[in-house]
Amino acid sequence: MEVTTKSMPYEAWKDNEYIEGLVEELRANGTNVLVGTLDKLINWGRSNSLWPLTFATSCCGIEFVSLGAARFDMARFGWEVARSSPRQADFMMVAGTIVNRMAPVFRRLYDQLAEPKYVIACGGCAISGGPFRKSYHVAKGIEDIVPVDVFVPGCPPCPEAMIYGIMQLSRKVKVERFFGGVNRQEKQKEFLADSPVAQKAEEIINGEQA
Amino acid sequence: MATIQENIAAKFPQATFEEADVLQINIPDAQLHDLAKTLRDEYGYDYLITIVGIDRVECLGAIYFLSNTKTNQEISIQVTTTDRQNPVITSIADLWSIATIYEREVYDFYGIIFLNNPDMRRLFLSIDWVGYPLRKDYDNGPDSNPVTLEAEPQSDDTHVYTRGEDGKIVCTEKPIFAKNDFVVNIGPQHPATHGVLRFRTAVDGETIKKIDVYMGYIHRGVEKLCENLQYMQTLHFMDRLDYFSAHNYHHGLCMCIERAAGIEVPRRAQVIRVLMDELSRIASHCLFFGTYCMDLGATTMLFYTLRVREQILDIMKKTCGARMTFNYDCIGGVMADLDPDFVKDVKALLATIPANIKEYNKIFTGNVIAEGRLEKMGIMTRQQAIDWSVTGPSGRASGWACDVRKTHPYSIYPEIQFDEIVMTEGDSMARFKARLLEMEQSAHIIEQLIDNIPEGDYLAKVPKVLKLPQGHWFQLVEGCRGVFGVYIESDGGTQPVRMKFVTPSLNLAAVVDEITSGNKIADLITIAGSLDYIVPDMDR
Repeated sequence: MEVTTKSMPYEAWKDNEYIEGLVEELRANGTNVLVGTLDKLINWGRSNSLWPLTFATSCCGIEFVSLGAARFDMARFGWEVARSSPRQADFMMVAGTIVNRMAPVFRRLYDQLAEPKYVIACGGCAISGGPFRKSYHVAKGIEDIVPVDVFVPGCPPCPEAMIYGIMQLSRKVKVERFFGGVNRQEKQKEFLADSPVAQKAEEIINGEQA
Repeated sequence: MATIQENIAAKFPQATFEEADVLQINIPDAQLHDLAKTLRDEYGYDYLITIVGIDRVECLGAIYFLSNTKTNQEISIQVTTTDRQNPVITSIADLWSIATIYEREVYDFYGIIFLNNPDMRRLFLSIDWVGYPLRKDYDNGPDSNPVTLEAEPQSDDTHVYTRGEDGKIVCTEKPIFAKNDFVVNIGPQHPATHGVLRFRTAVDGETIKKIDVYMGYIHRGVEKLCENLQYMQTLHFMDRLDYFSAHNYHHGLCMCIERAAGIEVPRRAQVIRVLMDELSRIASHCLFFGTYCMDLGATTMLFYTLRVREQILDIMKKTCGARMTFNYDCIGGVMADLDPDFVKDVKALLATIPANIKEYNKIFTGNVIAEGRLEKMGIMTRQQAIDWSVTGPSGRASGWACDVRKTHPYSIYPEIQFDEIVMTEGDSMARFKARLLEMEQSAHIIEQLIDNIPEGDYLAKVPKVLKLPQGHWFQLVEGCRGVFGVYIESDGGTQPVRMKFVTPSLNLAAVVDEITSGNKIADLITIAGSLDYIVPDMDR
């Protein structure tokens, strides 16, 4: 199955093996005709209207602004509606360094994103700590904090690279199983086990009730 | 200068003097406050550029850089203490308001307690941080302060340290806000704080009572990283502090190192550097207009202003190879020669600038809504600007002529004709207009140079591994947002012992509390936005 988006020829993509592997894994047990067709329809819509969260800590954020402006114009691809509230966003583009003080805030923002949610690690700092890796106050990559879907290297990546990164994400979204897959309602207990912030809130609420 | 030295020596017999590029007075802690007061009141050293914390292993200390706003001369005071367990220095926060923040920074990095400072908290690091990171014996192991996902412990109290009658240090807790204050949290994730900055805002109805600026959400420890790198390797951090003034900051650090090493920069390189500085100033101000107007609801401006910025970025990309982190200025000159199209492209840019500025004025400056929201809003007086060391266009909009290109002319600026934009209103509109006018001046500077780029080398011969002689140097340059300073201390090796960057954004954020209190909370965005701080620049 050739997964592509925005009329880009399949051969022009990099990392095709990855997406093929993903498809194979998801389709290992076959696909229901009805649900599979509905999946395709919904994913077509989802992958073409990914809304980013306005989240930028440093230099990469400025390139993200350029990406939104007239020249690179991410609105062409349906990504223009940058939301300031995580509840309304589909993915967050982590543009910039995450430091110790920011890490809990960042995690909380991730927790607040509505499912299904995605993360793009944008730039050297988000990927590994970049030039600040040896610092006393810098997280060495955001992968320890949240799961990452796409890595966009660069310092900062140029807007074209960011477009390519988001296109890779939309390719990934396209093959997902929406029903019974990414759209599952998470069990509250599982969610709490994952999220220390929610856990704490739960404790406080329980404490007050008792 | 000699007379000041003699007078000080007569008045403070314990003072010793050290001639460097800036006259340094070494004084025991007991007389620091008196000396600072004398210098400020009698000799007119009313501008506190920075306080540099130092750790020389045998002693901890602080160096205060002062400047006279009339004669533009600098002087520095050094205070050291040998007590590593409980280092104590007297605060000068009652003389300069900005000293409160500077001293907090030194406390955060070195653990030096400043007596009588009204707000002795950590500035960038959390309250449970173990150790003081810029001390030479700081343990930077992975276990010492790991990244945690636990919410950061917060305190509503600050500390004040005073010396009791028996000579012992007494610590008293003091609440930051009044008891029944209603505190609204703005940031760190907020579209209008221009990055990850947090304002804890105490409000009375809609009126702002007090703002506690909470920084450190992008503190990356650049100064400590520099201590373990060779001089050439430290340069690239300059791109990532204030990423709009990348060329200007590079210029500053390069000049400081070149002066220390005695390297002569070829004329061609100097002209190229100034051209790049001014181009980045235009690009930076363009982005300011765009984002600022967007914050105020005029989203269209962003698209108009970024058009010019993209044009400049294209010019830079052709020569420097990058859109943002150029790493172009290097020790002894610039990395690469100009692109063959450079002159043609810059001329095309210059041709469009007057029309663009006219357009900005038409869309925004003359707009009734903009006038209503910006005029008389967040007035900063000249005295306040100096007291808080607010430099750059924001300081000049308050009537303080603080442009380093004029006060301490460097590179080829003395030969260039341009006006320093000084306004008197001091409100948000003045800060906005000052930048518009500065853009015109920058274009004027480029016009003068673009046809006169001399031929020759663009890079001097510099040894691969550079050693600086023992000593210390201080250099100021004009960034896009204000005075950028570099302090380098060398022990004669290939790596600096201490490298301190004086960034304008720290002061711009610090003054927010002073000029917003009494205004409506909706105007916080107007006022703070007009100051145009860059968060990674203040946090470093």
